[in-house]
Amino acid sequence: MKRVDTRRLALAAAAPLLAILVALALTTIILLASGDPVAAVWAQLFKVPLPRQIVAISNEAIVLYLSAVAVAIGFKMNLFNIGVDGQYRIASFAAAVFAGAHFLPGWLNIIVSILIAMATGALWAFIAGVLKVTRGVSEVISTIMLNYIATYLVAFLLQKAAVKVEGSNATSTAVLHDDSKVPNIDVSGLLGTPRQVYGLLVLAIIIGVAYWFVVNRTRFGFDLRATGASETAAVASGVRVKKMVATSMVLSGAAAGLVGMPLLFCQDYAYGDTVQSGLGFAGLAVALLGRNHPVGMAFAAVLWGYLDQLSNGLQIGAGVSDKLVLIIQGIIVLSVVVAYELVRRASLRIDQKRVGSAEVKSVNKVEAVAA
Amino acid sequence: MSTQAGSVAGAAAVAQVATGKKARPRWLWPAVALGALVLLATVRVITGAHDIDSSGALSASIGLAMPIVLAGLGGLWSERAGVVNIGLEGMMILGTWGAAFFGYHYGPAAGILGAVGMGVLAGAIHALATVVFGVDHIVSGVAINLLGAGAGSFLAVRTFTGLQGGGPTQSPPLQQLPFLSIPGIGEPLLAVEKSHLWLLADLAGLLRAVTTNVNALTILAVGLLVGSWWVLWRTAFGLRLRACGEAPHAAETLGVNVMRLKYLAVLVSGAFAGLAGGFLVLVASNLYREGQTGGRGYIGLAAMIFGNWRPGGLAAGALLFGYTDSIQLRGGGDVIHAYLLPAGVLLLAWGVWQFLRRRAGKAFTGVVPVVMSVLVLAWYALTSTIPPEFTSMTPYIATLLVLALASQRLRMPAADGQVYRRGEAK
Repeated sequence: MKRVDTRRLALAAAAPLLAILVALALTTIILLASGDPVAAVWAQLFKVPLPRQIVAISNEAIVLYLSAVAVAIGFKMNLFNIGVDGQYRIASFAAAVFAGAHFLPGWLNIIVSILIAMATGALWAFIAGVLKVTRGVSEVISTIMLNYIATYLVAFLLQKAAVKVEGSNATSTAVLHDDSKVPNIDVSGLLGTPRQVYGLLVLAIIIGVAYWFVVNRTRFGFDLRATGASETAAVASGVRVKKMVATSMVLSGAAAGLVGMPLLFCQDYAYGDTVQSGLGFAGLAVALLGRNHPVGMAFAAVLWGYLDQLSNGLQIGAGVSDKLVLIIQGIIVLSVVVAYELVRRASLRIDQKRVGSAEVKSVNKVEAVAA
Repeated sequence: MSTQAGSVAGAAAVAQVATGKKARPRWLWPAVALGALVLLATVRVITGAHDIDSSGALSASIGLAMPIVLAGLGGLWSERAGVVNIGLEGMMILGTWGAAFFGYHYGPAAGILGAVGMGVLAGAIHALATVVFGVDHIVSGVAINLLGAGAGSFLAVRTFTGLQGGGPTQSPPLQQLPFLSIPGIGEPLLAVEKSHLWLLADLAGLLRAVTTNVNALTILAVGLLVGSWWVLWRTAFGLRLRACGEAPHAAETLGVNVMRLKYLAVLVSGAFAGLAGGFLVLVASNLYREGQTGGRGYIGLAAMIFGNWRPGGLAAGALLFGYTDSIQLRGGGDVIHAYLLPAGVLLLAWGVWQFLRRRAGKAFTGVVPVVMSVLVLAWYALTSTIPPEFTSMTPYIATLLVLALASQRLRMPAADGQVYRRGEAK
């Protein structure tokens, strides 16, 4: 039994590595075909990151990790929450407006604002959940539509809630007071850079642990995985699938609401029209790469951040557009899902063979005894 | 032999759709269209929002609807064969680059081919992942979107930087495809339209929109729409292809090569999505610009679902999008505002009708629509226009509402989105 498990583990680890190798090979072919300097590109991308880049990578990874967890909660039961983008936007806005009003002092303000963000994200995702449960609307389409609606709604509300800042054209909500900013982590002693890691790294760790606990150690998590593995079997064992769909959409939305929190409380201190978009789709990629596993997604988020940060030097270092990294990321996702599928089939075949040979052996034994 | 067998499999699978439903009369859709026009004319005359169906607005709607029609057709081909294609957006982006690159170097006709070619390439990747390797369709589609967006911008930087009038995120202006008109009727129709007469002006506006300054690619797109309907619903090939989306195992037992047909369908899907991107470049804006697709691939998919996986419905959904989009682009806050009036009146009528037909013991039936109608009518009476953000939101809300109201009647292909593996018993 143990032997098979280690083999399984090796196979599971082989898939992402294989995918990254395939991505490197295909990208090399693309670079050769377009006549770009292959060696210079890889030298640039595989440089040891500078201390300030390490900080930037971890900060990006924190945000991507939160987004990936939000997506993964849905993935666990075959729900595709494409709407993380809209959910975190509207949630960040709501939290920024509340936090900027400073109804509450210091930490209380931060905690309540984060809860408001979770509630807003959950509410926005709940619309898609309700539409799926009561009207049978595919969550893929409804969340995409809700993304657009959220974008315009926030743009409209931002005009109403915006605070005029002297000498700036950007519209944004009121800037947080110092006591409502989350202190960042000083790493100058460790890395020798004045840049700081987001204090809300703590939030990402808490969410990661909570995700692991809920999915693997609770009745709800079991039902979630059961529904994802086989809906008919889950129904037969008494799982109320509709309730599960609505609940997991709400949880996914609540997690999505957190995506903008590190940016709000650790970097921008306000919500403006310069807010980063596309974090939801990056989260999808990270969740796929990390296979919805709490630790796997952390690795994937760091890899994503690493590629993004090091690609910044591509234009200067190798004379190649930094858009190249988008191709690399796309190929990694595509080849990783293909690799996982191939590995799944391979391990299935190994299992079948093992069971088959065990049966043959036992039959032989029985015959030997009979003789 | 295999032709016959395939047809039987398809017929068996498709037959279940036809059974148990009363056939709608032939005149239903023309009557609905005429009714809508009468309604529009009335609203226009009452509210004075003449841009509601002016030839300019309608002709812009047709232009804006075509990329969505083409993207939707891309979705239709692949989903009818049982492969969900959420990667339309990425395929469109590759199509925009293909159209601009080949269009710039070899002329607009080559641009069309370039767009189609890039789309087919992306379709081949999606087909390889979903049909051959059996990856989850939505997962593969998401990856195609990432890849398409990345490859599009990378190629644009690589090929358009340094060209006269081009840059890393924009191609040089391209030679236009010809706009066609039926000569001699544009002017008189415009005169009738300007008279603002009830129904007559509206008819003239509609006629003028479809007869003057229609792009050659628009005509091609309409031809492809009709052609897709004919191939998928009127030929043995189409029947077999649809059988792959309804009951692939049954089709396989009857000799249909399911894998090959699915693969082919996804390739065609990519071609349509690429052409949708090409339309944006060659007709709508005359150049490649990063972010040009603006989610139209997703909207095409939504239009197809809106249209119940049928070409006619798909076109209606796309036109709805194109129309709201054109109203919004023309700054039509007053037009959207004008729609509050019929929406309120219809809600009121619906509520009253429900109230009159309420069953015993259900005293409150019909109250909700009446309350909503009062709110909508109050909104109409108290404001004179709608903020631009809400105008932009309209198509998405409309899609969501239609899906919410009609999704019980929508029926997707039975095996849509399921991974098919040859020889695996169900």
